[in-house]
Order: sequence, then C-alpha cells, then structure tokens
Amino acid sequence: MTPDSAIILSPGTPDGRGPRSSLHSAGAPFMDRAFRWVIFSALGIGVLTLGVLLAYVTIKGWPRLNLALIANMPSIRFPERAGAQSAITGTLWVVACTALFAIPTGILAALYLEEFARPRSRFQRLVEINIQNLAAVPSIVYGILGLGLFVRALALGQSVIAAALTLGLLVLPIVIIATREALRAVPRSIRDGSLALGATEWQTAYRQTLPAAIPGIATGVILAISRAVGEAAPLLLIGAVAFITFNPDGVLSGYTTLPIQIFNWTKDSREEFQILASATIVLLLVVLLALNFTAIWIRNRTQRRW
Amino acid sequence: MNSLPNPGVSLARGRPRYGERVISGILLAAAAVSILTTFGIVISLLVPTIEFFTEVPVLDFLLGTQWTPLFADGQFGVLPLVSGTLVITTIAVVVAIPLGLGAGLYLSEYASPRARSLLKPTLEVLAGIPTVVFGFFALEFVTSVILVKVFPDIEVFNALSAGLVMGAMIIPMVASLSEDAMSAVPVGLRDGSYALGASKRQTSLGVVIPAALSGIVAAFVLGISRAIGETMIVTVAAGLEPRMSVNPLEGMQTMTSYIAAAGAGDLSTGSLEYRSIFAVGFLLFAMTFAMNMVSIRLVRRFRQVYQ
Repeated sequence: MTPDSAIILSPGTPDGRGPRSSLHSAGAPFMDRAFRWVIFSALGIGVLTLGVLLAYVTIKGWPRLNLALIANMPSIRFPERAGAQSAITGTLWVVACTALFAIPTGILAALYLEEFARPRSRFQRLVEINIQNLAAVPSIVYGILGLGLFVRALALGQSVIAAALTLGLLVLPIVIIATREALRAVPRSIRDGSLALGATEWQTAYRQTLPAAIPGIATGVILAISRAVGEAAPLLLIGAVAFITFNPDGVLSGYTTLPIQIFNWTKDSREEFQILASATIVLLLVVLLALNFTAIWIRNRTQRRW
Repeated sequence: MNSLPNPGVSLARGRPRYGERVISGILLAAAAVSILTTFGIVISLLVPTIEFFTEVPVLDFLLGTQWTPLFADGQFGVLPLVSGTLVITTIAVVVAIPLGLGAGLYLSEYASPRARSLLKPTLEVLAGIPTVVFGFFALEFVTSVILVKVFPDIEVFNALSAGLVMGAMIIPMVASLSEDAMSAVPVGLRDGSYALGASKRQTSLGVVIPAALSGIVAAFVLGISRAIGETMIVTVAAGLEPRMSVNPLEGMQTMTSYIAAAGAGDLSTGSLEYRSIFAVGFLLFAMTFAMNMVSIRLVRRFRQVYQ
C-alpha cells in the first residue's frame, strides 16, 4: 500500500479529529464556515471578557499601583494613603496554614484511595462520590461549616487557624483529585518491579509511585493554593470582615485577606476606594496569574511518556 | 542477616508488618477526613435548622413570600430569596450554556493542537479569577459603564449585571467539561459520518454532540449548580434587598447573598436570625447536592459507554 492510498483510506488527521482540511475546507459550503465562526466567537467572548476585565482594573487601579499599596495599613479616613499591608500578611498566614493542613492530608488520602484501598470496594466508591460532590459544594456552605464547627463549637474564634481549617477542607477535594490522577498515570509495572524486589507496599508507594507522580501533584497543589488565595465567601462568615490594621502574629490572631479587603473597599462608594480596590485586584491577579502559569509550565514541561 | 535464605523456606508471610499497618491506618484516616467533612456539613446545618423549624413552621418557610428577618415581627418566607437566585441563575445559564458548549465544541473538533494549547490555558485563567473580582467588575464596569447606557433606569445594584458576569465566569467550566465529553467520543463514529458524506458541521451537530450528550448535560447541570451557589458576585453587584421580582434591572437578594450578609454581622448564637442562616444554607446545600449527584451519575454513564 502506498502512503497516498493510506491517506485516502483514512481521512482522519493525525490527532484523529475529522477529515484532512485539504480534502475538505476548499469547498466548504457557507453554512459550515458560518458555523465555525459562530462557535469560535463563543470561545472569543470568554477570552474577550478576560481581556476587558484585566484592562479595566489595570487602567482604573494604575494611580494607586505604588509602594504605599504594599507598605501602608488600611484606613477609612485617608483613602489616598491607605494600603493593603495587613491583607497581604493575613493572606500569607492563612494560605500557609491552609497549605500545611490540606496538602499532606490530601496526598495521604489520595495514596490510600489509589494504592491501599481494595479497588472498587464500597468504601472506595463512597469516598469517590463524596469527594466529587464536595468539590461542587458552594464555598459559602464551607463558611457555614467553619462558623458552626471551628469558630463556635471548637471556640477558635475569628482566627487565622479557623480560616485555614475552613479553606483547607474547601481545597482538599482539589488536592485529592489531582493527586489521584497523577498516581493513576504511573504505570503498574513500576509498582510490580518494586514489589518483586521485596519492597513493602508503603516503601513502593513512598519511594517509587509518589516521586514519579510529583509533577502532577504539584500542579494540583498550586491550583488548590490559588483557589485558597482568591476565596472570599466563606471568610465573610468566619470573621475576616472586621477592620484590621495589624499584621497577624500567630495562628490565633485576627486577620483579613486580600479578597476580603477588596470586598470592603468595593462596598465604600467613594471613588478613591474604587481605585484602591482596582489596584489591590491587580496585585491579587498578578499573584494568581504567576501561580497559574507555574502550574501550566510544570504540566507542559513534565508530560512524561512511560 | 545477610545469609541466603534457606531454599526450603516457606513463602507465607512471616512476622506481621506492624509499621505497614500503622501507615495504612494513617492514610485511611486522611481519606476519612473527606467523609467527615460531609458529615460535618450536614450536622452543622441540620441542628440549627431543626431548631429554626421549631419556631418557624416548615411550610411558612418554604411557601412564604415575605423575607423580613430584621423586623420586630420578622417573616421567614424563603421564596423571595429563591426567586432572586433563580432569576440570576437563569441569566447566567442563558449566557454560559450556549457559549460554553460552543467553546467546548470548537476546542474539541475544530481547534488545531497549537491553538488548543493556547486557548485552554486562557480559559483556565478566566476560571481562576476570584469571584470578588468578578463582582467588582459587574458593579463598576458592566453596570456603571455599559448597562446604564442601554437601560437608563437600571438600579445601581441589579440582577442583570450579576447574571451576565456570572455567566462569563461559568463558560470555562462548561467548555472544559463538555470538551472532555466530546473528546471521549470514538473517532470511528466521526469517520463513519464523514464516510456517509456529512460535513464537519453535520458531524459535530449530528454525531459528536448526541454521542456526548450525557457528559454535556452533566456539564450544564454542574454549571447551574455553580451559579446557584455563587456568592461574591451577587453580594457585591445584585444588592441585598429580598424581592419577589422577575425584572432583571432591579436589585434582588439570593440565598447565598443573604447568608453572606447575615453571617458577616455579629449575631448572637441563639437568635432566630442566626438560625435562619443555617435553614437557608440547608436549602442551598440540598439543591446543589441534588444537582451534583445528577451530574456525577451522568458522567459515570458516558464513561461507561466509551470504555
């Protein structure tokens, strides 16, 4: 069979998505071209929204994108001098504690489900459906849980640790789902080889499977962290709304975070505060975009073929 | 220790591996955290909700049309909050479902691998924007710059801007989930369609979308669930006035923005208003839980068909 006849027999493109354009698009009737444009513009509207949003907040926040934004504390009376320092340090405290709780718990849970649980056992299925559901529970409901459980029942009050535990439970499904997918991509033969050499199940998981899955896990962890950085709704319920002009000095300290500070400034109708809110949004988005691009970069760099 | 084992040694396990069992127990405990979270949510919602219903009859709550918890003779009829939620969700869904499906179809069937590798991360960035930022955008740009020119009598806080921006926020989710479903359709089905002379559009609409339908519907359901549960956009841009209205140019309060506004205040633990947060939260959780389960079922079905 000549290469040419092979192409005619199999009109799929190399990635298997439809006919070769050369065979097809030359005489594509009007309806087909119109349809292609319609669905492309559906995608375009999403991208356009993103562009307009980024341009708007950057232009609006430009006058206040200066060092005072980072160096100064919030102020109700002097918007032109107010800054977001307490929100920046508060975000760092809360997100660091969230990560310390959610990352190990999520990775260990995923290890159990992929490597130790009896496959297709009732428990495994229950946990699986449960995690899928938890990933889609509205974030404000986690706020109610945090209010009832951490703030009031465990009497942690409106503290960094109450916020971190609440956000930790919120991002746990993201870490677990990403880690499970990364572990599943590690071929069976690596585990079998390790077990055949006499390693125990835990030694196999810890020294072979887990290291091979690190890039996938890292991507999921970064996405979970960026979710925690941007989350505001649950924190409204568990006490981040207070006017805070100090940096947290421990896990039981009061706090505010960047999204909450943005929310508070947005509520104030004075124009200076809208500008301040825009500038803080730019700061927040820069952090999130950096996290996002790191995740995408890791994913593209490390796509390993086994 | 280093001597070779006796060839006649039994292959049955020798001493029990206590360390392995301890580790396995720790891992099990970590996995159990997720189950305990669900229990924690249900219990922390249920107990105050039951206390709430000892004072407010269930039917008055579910069918009442007055939501005035701050009045001396407060009324707790949840329908104004439900209607506000449904109006804004409807606007969001009308935006997100066609655009999300179109974007997913383009990514799955039309985009070159190179275009896909650029467009998908862009959509992921859109999906990763914090909701409070979308709220600010809805209030300060969509309402104040655009909508006031189109509708001069629009209120500062209105359902339309919140719904439109929420729709844009949900596009990436619907696009990504429906693309997953369409990419899972076997190439053979497309080839068969082309062999019968169908064009790419006819194949997309007549073969790929029907074959991926359960996954696409799952994406829609999850998108609706996301819209119902979204809090910050409506809190910032849609106002805090409970209103039985279908006019999107007016402000309205949703279930989520009531919870956020009431919870942010410093309510005493025993008060009826404090408990009403949990009752509304329970209704919200029940609605989204039902939709999530439908969506999970549908996804399982399309996975089974094509594996």
